[in-house]
Amino acid sequence: MTGRTLALIVLALLLAAAASVAVPWAPLGALLDRDPELATLVIAELRLPRAALALVYGAALGASGAAIQALFANPLASPDLTGTTSGAALGAVVTAYLLGFTAPLALSSGAVAGALGALALLLALAGPKAETATLLLSGLAISALAGALTTLALALAPSPFAFYDAYDWLMGSLIDRSLAQAAFAAAPALLTVALLLRLAGPLDRLALGEEVAQSFGHDILALRLQVVCLTALGVGACVAICGAIGFIGLVAPIFARRLTRGHPGRAILPAALIGALLLTAADLAVRAAPLGRTLPIGVLTALLGAPFFLWLVAHMRWRLRP
Amino acid sequence: MTALLEARGLALPRRLHGVSLTLAAGELVCLVGPNGSGKTSLLHALAGVGAPTGTVSVGGVDPRRLGPAARVRAMTFLPATRELRWPLHARDLIALGGADAEEIDRIVATLELEAVADRRIDLLSTGERSRVLIARALAPRPTLLLLDEPTANLDPLWQIRLMELLKGEVGGGRAALVAIHDLDAAARFADRILVMDGGRIAAEGLDGAHVAAIFGIERAAGEWRPVLRLPAGRRSSP
Repeated sequence: MTGRTLALIVLALLLAAAASVAVPWAPLGALLDRDPELATLVIAELRLPRAALALVYGAALGASGAAIQALFANPLASPDLTGTTSGAALGAVVTAYLLGFTAPLALSSGAVAGALGALALLLALAGPKAETATLLLSGLAISALAGALTTLALALAPSPFAFYDAYDWLMGSLIDRSLAQAAFAAAPALLTVALLLRLAGPLDRLALGEEVAQSFGHDILALRLQVVCLTALGVGACVAICGAIGFIGLVAPIFARRLTRGHPGRAILPAALIGALLLTAADLAVRAAPLGRTLPIGVLTALLGAPFFLWLVAHMRWRLRP
Repeated sequence: MTALLEARGLALPRRLHGVSLTLAAGELVCLVGPNGSGKTSLLHALAGVGAPTGTVSVGGVDPRRLGPAARVRAMTFLPATRELRWPLHARDLIALGGADAEEIDRIVATLELEAVADRRIDLLSTGERSRVLIARALAPRPTLLLLDEPTANLDPLWQIRLMELLKGEVGGGRAALVAIHDLDAAARFADRILVMDGGRIAAEGLDGAHVAAIFGIERAAGEWRPVLRLPAGRRSSP
């Protein structure tokens, strides 16, 4: 991966982020002429948090996806396909609707706990070197279980509007979050990305096999724990604020590894950048769509991501396990 | 001769029971023994795989206290399981071993991997793949080479060439400990042979009754023949 490629991605990312704040320009431009104070408020309270959330959530998903794929030695592992995001959603729903804690910190803690639970269950079910089939089936089972439990929790919730309330959030949405909420997602997400970057070397050397990685002095158990906890932290905190957004964590690392000659560990940095770029672009697409704000962004990423995933399964089936 | 490797009381639960050994600079030492005798466990313990107890010193330093970059200059380990976790390109895989570009070029030329260096490791033949994995361990020119079954999957010519290469590599103040099943190759190339049995070093050298007792075979008329552990009536007569 050359510096120029990296610089190009960063440039595209900055452009997308700027577009995310500026688009659609017409109402904002008109507002700037008539009432500059209100325009500033719109930017600070509506558009900036949305752009920031797309950036950090996408980065967290991309980096976590790359790290999980490196850890499981499997290009089809990702936060959503391993049940991590569903686990986080379950944790947040239980915290908010059954336990009644709606403070951002409580929601985040609940979501992180749910994500951790899902990943721990996956490791227990599929093992650290899972065959693709075992990994996907375990992830599917965990996702289905977490999804059913989420629905159950909403049905048992004292509030009669729980379903209606949670719908937008469950589908994944970046709309109407405050700067404070954005900060609650951004701090853990950026911490996750920064700490995962430090694992790039060990995760690359893990590609040589666990015995060789150990002979380099890497503690495999500690490495596994770090990836699992960091992923749960970053993805969980973002799910708590924005709900579950799928497929970014699967697709971004796959694109990123084209820039690193297949190296799984050093793909974490480009995967974070590409994840941020993809989610920002998806958010712009949602805004440009004639459906307007009724289309949750999670639906769009799934609409685009699921066919890509199917293509991937069909195309790479024969070389998934070397 | 100065001791290049000094290991004391190496142990792994249920597999290795307090092994001590010393290697001098310039020595190629072969580790032989039946399946499950502890050859791989001893190499694991020396390489720091699987939380071993005991002390290891390579050139006066415990390599397990070094960071990855310094450690590959002290010691590298080739596992017997030629595990491919991730389909990297051959040259990239060798580079992950910590050698610089010049060292990689040299080992690629020595092991005649030029034609496959830019291909993906999962698309190579078993023998080519083995040579790439061997190249990863040899490339950084470590003080101590720990190789588990390096000749497995290689054709007869490459088996000989590899053992001759190792013989050359251990010159200049380096050493190698090689687990191997081929007793003839061990006898031909090793400076010393350690015979393992039951998680301990049971004997040194391939002569004497203990080898027959440990392996259940003995050398007669230049050939290895079974003497033990065959069903009654099928034991070969002298």
